[in-house]
Formats: sequence, C-alpha cells, structure tokens
Amino acid sequence: MANPITATLSAKLSGLLGFSPAVPLRRWAPDQPLVDGTVLVLGTGADADAVAALLSGAASSETGEGPGWGLEVHRHPAPDRRYAAVVAVLTGLEHPDELHAPLLAAASTLKGLGRGGRVVTLSRAATSDDAPAVAAARQGVDAVVRTIAKESRGGTTANGLVLAEGVPVTAPSVVGGLRFLLSTRSAFVHGQLLAVDTAAGALPADWEKPLTGRVAVVTGAARGIGASIARTLARDGATVVAVDVPTAGEQLTGVANAVRGTALQLDITAPDAGARILEHALARHGRLDVVVHNAGITRDKLFANMTEAQWDAVIAVNIAAQLRINEALLTSGDFTDAPRIVSISSTTGLAGNRGQANYAATKGGVIGMVRATAPLLEAFGGTANAVAPGFIETEMTAKMPAVTRQVARQLNSLQQGGLPVDVAEAVAFLSSPQAGGILGRTLRVCGQNVVGA
Amino acid sequence: MAPEKTAAPGTPRRALVLGGNRIPFARAGGRYAHASNQDMLTAALEGLVARYGLQGERIGEVAAGAVLKHSRDFNLTREAVLGSSLAATTPAYDVQQACATGLETLVSLSNKIRLGQLESAVSGGVDSTSDAPIVVTDRLRRALLDLSRATTPGQKLAALARIRPKDLAPVAPSTGEPRTHLSMGEHQALTTAQWQVTREAQDEVALASHQRLAAAWDSGFFDDLVTPYRGQTIDGNLRPDTSLEKLAALRPTFGTGLDAPATMTAGNSTPLTDGASTVLLGSDAWAAEHGLTPLAVVVDAEAGAVDFVHGEDGLLMAPAFAVPRLLARQGLALADLDLVEIHEAFASTVLTTLAAWESPEFGRERLGLDGAFGSVDRDRLNVHGSSLAAGHPFAATGGRIVATVAKELHLRKQRDGGTPRALVSVCAAGGLGLTAILEAA
Repeated sequence: MANPITATLSAKLSGLLGFSPAVPLRRWAPDQPLVDGTVLVLGTGADADAVAALLSGAASSETGEGPGWGLEVHRHPAPDRRYAAVVAVLTGLEHPDELHAPLLAAASTLKGLGRGGRVVTLSRAATSDDAPAVAAARQGVDAVVRTIAKESRGGTTANGLVLAEGVPVTAPSVVGGLRFLLSTRSAFVHGQLLAVDTAAGALPADWEKPLTGRVAVVTGAARGIGASIARTLARDGATVVAVDVPTAGEQLTGVANAVRGTALQLDITAPDAGARILEHALARHGRLDVVVHNAGITRDKLFANMTEAQWDAVIAVNIAAQLRINEALLTSGDFTDAPRIVSISSTTGLAGNRGQANYAATKGGVIGMVRATAPLLEAFGGTANAVAPGFIETEMTAKMPAVTRQVARQLNSLQQGGLPVDVAEAVAFLSSPQAGGILGRTLRVCGQNVVGA
Repeated sequence: MAPEKTAAPGTPRRALVLGGNRIPFARAGGRYAHASNQDMLTAALEGLVARYGLQGERIGEVAAGAVLKHSRDFNLTREAVLGSSLAATTPAYDVQQACATGLETLVSLSNKIRLGQLESAVSGGVDSTSDAPIVVTDRLRRALLDLSRATTPGQKLAALARIRPKDLAPVAPSTGEPRTHLSMGEHQALTTAQWQVTREAQDEVALASHQRLAAAWDSGFFDDLVTPYRGQTIDGNLRPDTSLEKLAALRPTFGTGLDAPATMTAGNSTPLTDGASTVLLGSDAWAAEHGLTPLAVVVDAEAGAVDFVHGEDGLLMAPAFAVPRLLARQGLALADLDLVEIHEAFASTVLTTLAAWESPEFGRERLGLDGAFGSVDRDRLNVHGSSLAAGHPFAATGGRIVATVAKELHLRKQRDGGTPRALVSVCAAGGLGLTAILEAA
C-alpha cells in the first residue's frame, strides 16, 4: 500500500529527475463494465464480422459460438468520436500493403482514446511455412503493436493476440484472451503479443467466476504477489490451497482465512512436497486443477562473488522444486481434467540482471520448463504457462534504494511499477478454462519494460 | 475410512481427534509479553480454521480456558470465537481446572460427541504468565467497591480516605497453593525427597525432552501442528544444544530449605510460559464430510485427586492413582500402551509417578494391587519431548500433548499397522490429575 510519506517523496524525486507523473491505471472492480465506452472493430472478412458480433451481441443471448458481450461497436471510425477500445482483426493479411487500411484507421483514433484505452490486434503467427509476403505482413503486425504501445499515453495499452494457423477467432483462448486484454484485468500488460496455439479450452459459464469448481494451489501465498494470486483466484471462483513455508504460517493463516481456503505449511523443496500437495487437495477439496508456482527467493550477488550456498538455495526453491512437484502431479493420474500450471518467471529470466545470475538461471529455467511441460499436458486439455513480471511494487522492491527504485519504475512505457494484482490477473487468466489453447507461453506483465523486450 | 453409521440413541460412538493447532510457546516476558489470553487463543483458533478450512463454519461447541485469568476475561472462549473466522453462531464455554484445563475441555467435548450431542468441537486452552492479572490488596479493593457504591460526596471522601499508600502496592501473582502457601515447585520438592529422586535422573529427563523436541521440530513434525505467532516460529524455551553438563551446572531453585539435597533446578523444572493450543474433534460423519483424516479416537478418561493438604501424597501425584483406575476399567496394563505422555510439570513429577508405579509397596498399600502397577519403557515416554522443553502455558499444555500424540499414533498406524494406543497424564494444582487413553483411528 502506498505510504503517504514515501509516495510524496517518490513524487518529488520523480519531479527532480524530470519524470512526468504516471497516470493511475484502472484495475478491475466488481460490477465494472467490460469496456467503458464504444469499441471500434477494424478489418474486413468473416473473422472481423465474428469478432464484431461477439462484442456487440446481446450479453444474455447466444450469438454464434458464444454469448455476446453487449458492447456498443462501430465498424468504421466516426469523425470526432472517442473510442474506449480499438480491435483490429488482421488475420486475413496476405501482403504488407494490406496493413494500410485497418492500421491507418486505427491510427486516426489513437489520440481520442479515453484514459485506460485499449488497442488489441488479432493476427496470425508468421512462420517459415508462409509465403514471404504473408510472413512479412504478419511479422509486421507484431512490430506495429509494440510501437503503438511505446507511443500510447494515459494508461492506454496495446497488445496483440497471435493465432496459430487454423485457430479460429472464435476459439476459447482467442475470445478469452481478447476479453482479458480489453478488460482492466490486463492493466499492466502492455506491448505484448500473446500466442494462441490451439482451439482447445472452454468458455466459462460465468465470465466473473471462470474458476468456479476448480481447486488451485498457490505456493508462496503468505504475502506479496502470492497472496494477491490467492485472492484473485478465489475471487474468480476457485477454492484455494495456500502454501508457504512453516515460518510464514501466521501470514498464511490470514490469507487462507480471507479467501476461505486452506493453509498448507510446507517447504516446497521437501522431496515429498508434490505428494503432500496432492494429498491435501484431494482429501480436503476432492480435486486439484491449478498449480501456481509462485514461491521464489533471491540471494543476489555479483556472479564473480557468488557462493555455492547462494546459488544452490535459489535453484532449489525457484526451479528444482517446481520440476519435482510437476513430475509428481503428472505421474499421479489425478491431474488430468484440463489442468493448469502457471509459473512465475521474471523479466530477469529473459534479459538477465546484474547481481542475479542464480535468479536469472531459475527464471529463464521457468520459461523453458513451461514450454517443455505443456506438450505433456495437452492430451488431457492441460496447459503450462508462465507470467514474467517486470517491476512490481512489493515488499521486496520497497527495499530497493529510492533512486534505483524510481528509475526502475520509469523503465517501461506505462512509466510506473505494476501492482501484485496485475500479476495475479494474468495468472488467473492463464488458469482459466478459456486459456486452454495457450501452450507453454510466457506472458510478460511489465508495462512494456525495456528490459529484455 | 467409511463413516460409521449414526449410533442408536444412547449408544456411544467414536469421538475423533482430527487435528490441532497451537502457537509456538514463548518464554514469559518474550514475544507474547503484550499479547492477552484472548489474543493468543484467537490466534490459535485462526490457525486451526485456516488449516482445516473452517471459515464461516458453525462448530458444535468450542471449549477452552485459562488458569491465570483476568476478571475482564469472562466468556474468554466465546470472545475468541467471535474474533475468529468461525461462524458467530458457534457456541463456546470456559473451563478452569488448573493445568488440566486443556485436557478437561477435550474430555468433556469428546463425551458430547460420543453421545451424539455434537458432530464437531474444538477444545483448547491458553495462558499468559506475562500478562497475568494483577491483584490489588483487599483493603484497596474494599475501599474502591465502597467508593463505587457511595452516593454522597461525604461517603465518597470517607471511602477514599481509608486508602493508605501501602494498600496501593499490587499483590504479586503467585503459584502458591492457597491452603499450604507452598509453590508448586516447593510441593514437588517434598515429593522428590519423599521418593528419593536424584538430580542426575531429573537432568536426564530434561535433556531427553530438549533433544526429542528439537528432533521433532527439525523433522518438520510440527509443520501441521503449529502456526507461528508474533514472529515466534519455534518453541522459545527449547534448548537444542543443552547437555547434561550444562544442566548439572545449574543451582537448585526448589527444596533448598529441606533436609534432603536440593535437586530441582530451572533446567529440570518447567519455566513460566505464554501460549495457546486447540484441538479439532469430530464424529466420523463430520470428518468424512470435511475430507479430514481421523488421527485418533478418544477412548476414555479418568480424573483423580490427592489429599496433599492432610495426607501423605504429593501435590502432583493424582495421576499415579487415576491411571491405574483408568487402565483397569479398560482392561489394559501399562505394557499395552505404545506411547505414554506424562506432562513434565517437573522432571521429578514424571520420575516420582513412575517410581510409584514401580513400587510393590505403593501398588499393594495405595493401589490395592498384588504388587507393583508396572513400569514404562523410556522409549515410549514423551517421545517428542514435553513441557520441560516446550514450556508450559498451563491451560494450553493438554492441547499440545493431545495433538502431538494423536498425530504420532496416526503415523505409527500407517507405518506399522495395528491400533497403537497412548496414555496422556496431566497433573494439576490443587492435587488434581486428569488422564486419558487415545488410540489410532
């Protein structure tokens, strides 16, 4: 929580350093509209029509493959009209020439986007199987999205969904991903291209409670990002098993009681941790569907000065324990009903960071782990993905020196640190039934941090 | 395990220990110095609720109590329930039976479950010697009461005028027995001398207690029995590195005025401690409904008392009489018990109890047996340490022992099969003792 004194100091420091004050981001709240205003859907063809129908369809009735969202939708930009969001459906592109119409139409609306506006593109993944012109057009979209993100102001975000060949725009993960990116749940997701690999997954019966009936384990749940993940999953309907080391039991009790879940005091590096998690979840809650590997530690030291103990401790907690727990779950036969594994990586795992060789090894390791784990789960509708936070306001980052912290906050296009809930929202999305077509990916929640991008 | 069918009216059914939660015990004046009994009991309950997912649940009944209790702490247990995440419709009541409080709550609630009056219950206890109630002098108290009843300024002044400076000094809380004015330690020193228990034997009991409790903490045994509180993550009195040499170096604190050698030290006597414990109890049906694995069955219990004021028995010797009656009723001998938990009020309490049972004379003359009652193998006695190492927040001790032994019974049944059995014996001020038998569920 923002301390008034440090907040004032930060603002002063920010001014001294010549930074403009960041725009407060809108976050999810109960009974908030999905999009606060009119949505402009650009593009032509069946895919664009299907997306427009989804957004504008009556919220209570069935339209096409899913219920509509009851939004006011325009298909062409009206002069002087302010839009809350722009969705560009670019799945049919076959040549860079075809970028002109939809993208310049989008460009004409950007200045008029309201605070916390949304730009979302839907495009196809460029692969070496494509004709060169097709691949050029598709790859070009990614770079345009990143550019729009860098130019956007007022808490507006720009992101894209990149569909694998053959995945329809009505696939659950495209629909779910679009809804996530349009909503305030993605407040700190910026400049990202999220891949949708397959048409697997299922739309939730209730968009407000997509995790109803699901049992989720969250490690490192006693505080910070882990506590926020536990609260967010519970908010979305999950029954939560909150796991943390026995010494963090007092805070863990508070989290477990707040989310009406159960507390499991457990050192995840114990050889039988996976079995104990499974046993607890099955005995108490009858099932286990979601595992969020959030627990992590840092033992920072310049690589040249790194001790064995510092290296080994970070490897043991941040990656070896996750691998062992996943193996126990995957071989149990009890983790097969469209299960979800979501692991917390870090921008440090992509870019490295001075003094964090051990941490970087594990956070990079997480990215590799989920990519290789996802195929093992695909047969029964399961997924494994990671979330890579950038600078998040936590107890850990609060201990950074003030100037370093202030600079770190500014190193992204939203010019501020994210909140634990921003990471939690991404985890909740990847844990949901609608994310079943996203396989082995790492979603950055970093405000388009310059690090590792 | 398949739940048992609901028993016919009047036919007792099983009362199960389903788990427990306590806060780490802290030395008096330590991290809980500014925590009240209500704070600590609420914390212990909250940890239990979190571990077993009981938020918003209406528990059949919660019973707990404290030995050192402020007058403001009427309905202490009910207030702790209201401050917890349990349903506010959970009934509660207080018990006070000195150091047997925590075990008495367990016994009485178990009996209600056995009779079908309750499906679920939480027993517990709490004590703070740091936040002990301060008693004022009788003269000050009477003057203040008269002042509150006075209606005219003259009456008020008259009441106030009776107060003398010396009346304002608080009366120090004491563990002395009201009828003998001897502290518990001095009483036990008499018993120790009577049974000629040596200093070495007492120090060995103390050492084993520390070593065994330390091993249990190290192995993670308490991971699902204890929830940290106020930064205390492990029992504060535990001295993993103590040794016979260190214990032998301590000066005697009790019995120094007796003819016999003084053998009781701060090392082989329990220290003043703050803490709270809870135990979750339920029927088979309730356990199955909540996905909880039964750990142990509460089989039977027997209370005892000795006439320490006029008779020849020591203040803390009641269990020496209660246990033989309890085992006889169940058709059991000491040899039939896989685990024996004798509360270590003092190391010599354990040793004098064992000595009495091993004495043919005591067996014949006091227990009415043909000879000695029996002996207890040390490897079955207080296997994870006890009060000497963990500390002894009076009313919280019963819950600590029961939860620990219930988990151990369950583990042994899983490992070795059969139905291992445990005896729990707690001595208490006033010459009281409460004993119980549990078996693996």
